[in-house]
Amino acid sequence: MTVDAILFFIVAAGAVASAVLMITGQNPVKSVLFLIVNFFCLAVLYLILHAQFIAIIQILVYAGAIMVLFLFVIMLLNLGTEEKHVDALNMKRSVAVILSCIVLFLILIAIGLPAAGTGGLPASALVNGTVETIGRDLFRQYLLPFEITSLLLLGAMVGVIVLAKKHFE
Amino acid sequence: MLEQYIPIGFMFIVAIIFGIVMSKLSEWLGPKNPNDVKLSTYESGMEPVLSARERVSVKYYMVAMLFILFDIEVVFLYPWAVNFRSLGLFGFVEMLVFTVVLMLGYIYLLKKGALKWQ
Amino acid sequence: MELLIPVIKISVVLGVLLGVVAYTVLVERRVAAAIQNRVGPNRVGWNGLLQPLADVIKLVMKEDIVPKQANRFIHDLAPMISMAIALITFAVIPFGDSITLFGQAIKLQIASVNIGILYILAMTSLGVYGITLSGWSSNSKYSLLGGLRSSAQMLSYELAMGLSVIGVVMIAGSLELDKIVQTQHGWMWNILLQPVGFVTFVVASFAETNRHPFDLPEAEPELVGGYHTEYSGLKFGLFFLAEYTNMVTSSAVITTLFLGGWQIPYIGLAGLPAFWVSILQVLAFCVKVYLLVLFFIIIRWTIPRFRYDQLMNLGWKVMLPLSVLNLLVTGLVILYL
Repeated sequence: MTVDAILFFIVAAGAVASAVLMITGQNPVKSVLFLIVNFFCLAVLYLILHAQFIAIIQILVYAGAIMVLFLFVIMLLNLGTEEKHVDALNMKRSVAVILSCIVLFLILIAIGLPAAGTGGLPASALVNGTVETIGRDLFRQYLLPFEITSLLLLGAMVGVIVLAKKHFE
Repeated sequence: MLEQYIPIGFMFIVAIIFGIVMSKLSEWLGPKNPNDVKLSTYESGMEPVLSARERVSVKYYMVAMLFILFDIEVVFLYPWAVNFRSLGLFGFVEMLVFTVVLMLGYIYLLKKGALKWQ
Repeated sequence: MELLIPVIKISVVLGVLLGVVAYTVLVERRVAAAIQNRVGPNRVGWNGLLQPLADVIKLVMKEDIVPKQANRFIHDLAPMISMAIALITFAVIPFGDSITLFGQAIKLQIASVNIGILYILAMTSLGVYGITLSGWSSNSKYSLLGGLRSSAQMLSYELAMGLSVIGVVMIAGSLELDKIVQTQHGWMWNILLQPVGFVTFVVASFAETNRHPFDLPEAEPELVGGYHTEYSGLKFGLFFLAEYTNMVTSSAVITTLFLGGWQIPYIGLAGLPAFWVSILQVLAFCVKVYLLVLFFIIIRWTIPRFRYDQLMNLGWKVMLPLSVLNLLVTGLVILYL
């Protein structure tokens, strides 16, 4: 096994373990922490694939911004340990089980397909992960999706105002 | 894996070990004679009233939410800034459109008073 | 051998960093004393030079108190996060050009990565957790308010921080910090090319490190000790150390981005051997960083604290539009000059 492969298995095991701990944990703040650990594992996985920019964005945006929001929401709603109203969610639970089974099935198909897992990275992938190449493609080839993102963000801003409006008017 | 990141990995390990050792040190070496008053929450010498974990102002949630939105803008700006010279005027106009849309949102926030703190 | 060099570099950098941080605490106390016309700590060792050691020993021998109401695990974790993140940030900062030792060129930077600046911003944004979690886990009203205030403050100023670096990136065309330093040769320091960016970045750095005049999370008159009210012993010490480490690291980042890093203008004309040039450059870097640290300290003892609404207004209504404007002006100047 190469160093990359060993590292991959260690980090992947960490990612799975932290995900499981996140779901099974009773304390929502601890769950947030395990999710952050999970994001770090993902960032290392991206690094193994030479996707440096995505790796750091994973930490900067997900671990550094979105999880802070989660933490705020937990504090805001004063969620202590998970309360015992879980039984009321039976319907949601069965839907979740069905969806998870579908995803698992798709993953198994993907593993079975011949294209997956052959050879190493294509040569182009080794340079494509840098900020320079991503910028070049994003601002030439994918110009329209990029501009539409701004509208998406604008919509989200309006959404924030609508949600919290009555508290500051 | 990119070799340049290996020292950063080392640094993470060293820093985490340092943090664990330092924060456990006074637990190991310090005296231990706890009593009820010592272990109660500090509240200027009064008996603590209620739990601290009450619901807090929605303002903090707003700040975090708006932060995410603008943070995503900032993240888009970095690949643009790196390629700024090669993208030229075209790239500038492109980013101008993007920024203007977001600044419209910003003005909307200002007008609605979302950024006002009492 | 391949792995030995980074290990040595990390040990030296962390050793020097922690030493400097310990003595910065002493320097701060002496400077504060001088400003307030006092003497300051001068009894332990010659002129108080052993004071940091005495402080650490005192903190280690203190009882570690965790309030009954607190969440034990997270209460333990929070100071660790603060300290570890403060140390990790230093990994990408170049403290010199390369130096030739025993016939081997060694780069004076722990890790030169393609995403340098983003790494620093990411680590800064993680710093929020230490403070928020300590505030939440203590289950004390002062801690919670301090933690919340501080995280909202850090989030608000992170935006201005991220935006004010972009001007520098546009000039350098790279996120790698060593390349950014190399573009600042001669007198082409970014402080001259990006004066507005420099001011917004420095202000944001003050807010990010929770230093005066933005130290509302621990505003003593209102919040007792803020987020670390319920901490004692070395766990309190870790928050304290983390604050000073952050101050030194921020100074190093400001130096790298705006003050030419290790560059000494026109040192090539002096005709010194390459080895001594490298040594002088490292010294120049240290001097620049420490002057900034002194600036941080002097500001703390001369300027009154902001009110919380003023702080948020400054962040969202002045710093944010100003840095966006700076960005657009920089773009126009680069395009048409």
